[in-house]
Amino acid sequence: MEKRVTFNKWSVGILFAVPQLLLIFTFFYWPAGQAIFWSLTLQQPWGGGNIWVGLDNFRSILANSDYWNSVTISIAFAAISTAISMVVALILAALTDRQLRGSKIYRVVLIWPYGIAAPASAMAFRFILAPEAGFMSIVNHYWPGFWDPGLDGNAAMASVIAAFSWKYIGYSFIFFLAAFQAIPRSLIEAAAIDGSGVLRRFRDIQFPLITPTIFFLLVINITESFQDSFGIVDIMTSGGPHNSTNLMVYKIYSDGFKGLDFSGAAAQSIILMLLIVLLTIFQFRFIEKRVHYR
Amino acid sequence: MSKLKNYISAAAAGVMSVALAMPAAAAPVKFDFWFGLSGDLERVVQTLCKNFNDSQKDYEVSCVSQGNYDAALQNTIAAFRAGKQPAIVQVYDAGTATMMLSGAYYPAGKLMSENGYKIDWNDYFPGIARYYATSKGELLSFPFNSSTALLYWNKDSFAKIGKTAAPKTWEEAAEDMKALKGAGYDCPMAINISGNESWQLMEQFSAIHNQPIATKNNGYDGLDARLEVNKTKFVKYVTDLKSWYDQGLIKIKSKDLGQDMVQAFAAGDCQMIMTSVGDHGTVGKTQKAGMNWDVAELPVYAGTERKNSLVGGASLWVLSGKSADEYKGAAAFLNFIHDPKTALFWSTNTGYIPVTNSGFEFMKSSGFYDKAPYKGREVAIASLTASEPTQITRGIRLGNFTQIRAEFGNQMQAIFANKVSVQEGIDNLAKNGNAVLERFEATYKGKQLP
Repeated sequence: MEKRVTFNKWSVGILFAVPQLLLIFTFFYWPAGQAIFWSLTLQQPWGGGNIWVGLDNFRSILANSDYWNSVTISIAFAAISTAISMVVALILAALTDRQLRGSKIYRVVLIWPYGIAAPASAMAFRFILAPEAGFMSIVNHYWPGFWDPGLDGNAAMASVIAAFSWKYIGYSFIFFLAAFQAIPRSLIEAAAIDGSGVLRRFRDIQFPLITPTIFFLLVINITESFQDSFGIVDIMTSGGPHNSTNLMVYKIYSDGFKGLDFSGAAAQSIILMLLIVLLTIFQFRFIEKRVHYR
Repeated sequence: MSKLKNYISAAAAGVMSVALAMPAAAAPVKFDFWFGLSGDLERVVQTLCKNFNDSQKDYEVSCVSQGNYDAALQNTIAAFRAGKQPAIVQVYDAGTATMMLSGAYYPAGKLMSENGYKIDWNDYFPGIARYYATSKGELLSFPFNSSTALLYWNKDSFAKIGKTAAPKTWEEAAEDMKALKGAGYDCPMAINISGNESWQLMEQFSAIHNQPIATKNNGYDGLDARLEVNKTKFVKYVTDLKSWYDQGLIKIKSKDLGQDMVQAFAAGDCQMIMTSVGDHGTVGKTQKAGMNWDVAELPVYAGTERKNSLVGGASLWVLSGKSADEYKGAAAFLNFIHDPKTALFWSTNTGYIPVTNSGFEFMKSSGFYDKAPYKGREVAIASLTASEPTQITRGIRLGNFTQIRAEFGNQMQAIFANKVSVQEGIDNLAKNGNAVLERFEATYKGKQLP
C-alpha cells in the first residue's frame, strides 16, 4: 500500500521543503562540495594557496598500507559491535517485554546507558578496563600479562568494542522493546493457549513481526559504528597501540586536524562517505527483501 | 566568556566616552593572546596577563586558553582563515616549520625593533634562539615556555645499591637497573612509547649524541630533507631499551594504563624516568612524603662527546593582519615577558626555565636555585648549554612533525609488542615519516624555509 499526499500546486510542496533543504544544503551539500574540492588539491593549512593535484590524494591513500589497515579494522569493528549490541539488546528486550515483576524498573535501567554521552562512557570503560587498577587487574593478578591494551592491539580493540556496544545496547533496546510492545497481546496469548512455549512463540510470532525494526537497527548501527566511534577511540586509545584501533573516522580526524593534512583527510572522508552509501544501498537491495512490513 | 566580557566592557566604554565626551584615545588598546596550556599552568598565564594589564594603562591583553597545544594551533588556523585571528598565539616546538611557511606571522625581531624596543637577541641561550630563528639568525617567534628533558632518579633506592650519583652513561644505567631489580625494585625505570615521547627518546637522544634525525641538517637546509634515524645510533638505543624491557628492567607507564610515568616516579613505584624539567614542580608537589630524589642530565653512551640538548615547549608567534595599534600592544606585552622579573615569576610558578642569560643570572643571584623545591632545575640550563649548538643540535625543522611523532609512537608500540624487529620498525618510521615530508614539500611547492 502506498500513501501519497498530493498538492494542487507543486510550489506549495517546495515551500514546505525549503527550511529543510536549506539546512541540508548548509550542513551537508556545501561542506561535502568543499571536501570534494579539497580532496582534489593540496591545501596549505593556513590558506593562501592550493595546488590542483587531481586524483593524486586518492592514489596515495589507496597505496598506503596504514589506510587499508584502517579500512579492515573499521569493517571488523562495525560487524562485531553491531552484532553484540543488537543480539544483547534483542535478548534483553524479549525478556523485559514479558509480564515479569519489576520489568518496568529493568526497562528504565536498560535505557539509561544511551543517555550517557559517548566520552563519558569511554572514560568509565577506561577505568574499568585499566590493566593495573581496574577490574582486569584481578585477571592480570592470576594470569600476568594477559590483559595489556597498551601494547596488545586485540585487547585495545576489545575495549573499544565493549564501550561502543554498551552504549548502543541501550539504543537498540528502546526500539526492540517498542516493537515487542506493538505486537498484539492476543496473538501471543492465543499461541500460548495452543500450547507453544516461549521460544516457539518468539521464533514464529514475535521475530517475524519485528523484522522491520531489526532491519532499521542494522542500518543505523552499522552506519553509526563507522561514524560515531570517534569519541570513544579518542578517549580510550587515540588510535593505538600501533594503529590497531585507528578506525577510518579517527584517522580522518588525526590526519586532518592533528597532522594538518586537510587534503588527505578530505579524500578519506569522501571514501568513507561512498563506503557508507554503498553499504546502505546493499542493505536496502538485499536484506530488505527478507523484511516483512505489516 | 571573556569575549562576552570584552564586548560588554567595550560597549560600556563606548557609552561612557560619548556621555562624557572623553577622547577615544583614553581607552586602552585591546588585543588577544591564545595559548595551549591548561590547568595549573593556565592560572599562571592568567596571572601573568593580569600583571601586564596592571603594569600600564595603554594596552589590555585578553588571554584565552585553548585547552592544549594541538587545539591552540587548530583553532588559530580556523580563526586565521576566517580573518578573526588573535594578535599572539603560543605554538609548540613541533609546529615551528609549519608556522615558518605559513606566511601568517609578523617576525618577532622586526616587530620589536619597529616598535622601539631594543632586545638583545644574543642574550638568549643559543640553543633556544636558534630553534625559532631563520637560518640567517633572525628571530621569528618569541621564546616563551622552554624546557628540556632530564633524568629523574630516586636517591633513596640508589642508596640501597650503594650509589650516590645518577648514571652518566647508558652502560652504567644498565648496571644500575640490574642492581635495583636485584634489590627488589619492580620497576627500575619507566618509559612511555606514545608519539609524545619522541621528544625524549628520539629527539633529545639524537641531539646529545650529535646524531641527525633527518638529512639537510635536520631540515634547516630545505624542504627536501628526509628522515635518517634508521641509520644512526638511535637504532642501538631502541634495541637496548627493548632488551631492558624484555628483562623487566624497564616498565611502560602511561595514563591509559592507569598511572603515567611521572606519577609512577613521584609515588616511588619507579626509580628513574626521563621527562621534561617542566614536570619538576609536579613531582615536588605530588611526591611520596619523605622521598629523596634529584635530576641529572640524560645519560649518553660511553665515549660520546656530549652536545647540547634540544629546547622543548613553545614560543609566541605574532600573527599578520592586525592593526598597528594592536602590534604596539603585542610588542609591549612581549617586552614585559622578556623582563627578568617576569622570568623569575614564570619559572618559579611553572618549572620552565628562564630563556635568557640575564634572566638566569637574575634568578641565580636571587638565590632561586638554592631553595629546596627548585634545587636541580639549573641542570636543565647545563644540559641546554652543554655545547655550542651544532648544525644538527640547533633544532629540528621538519614539516608536519606532529604526524612524524605519531608515527614514532606507532612503530615503537609495534616493536615493543614484537610485531616487527627494531630495525624494521625504525625503517617503517623513516618510510612513513618521509611520506609525510614529501606531502609537506608538495603542498609548499616552490617555497623555501626562511
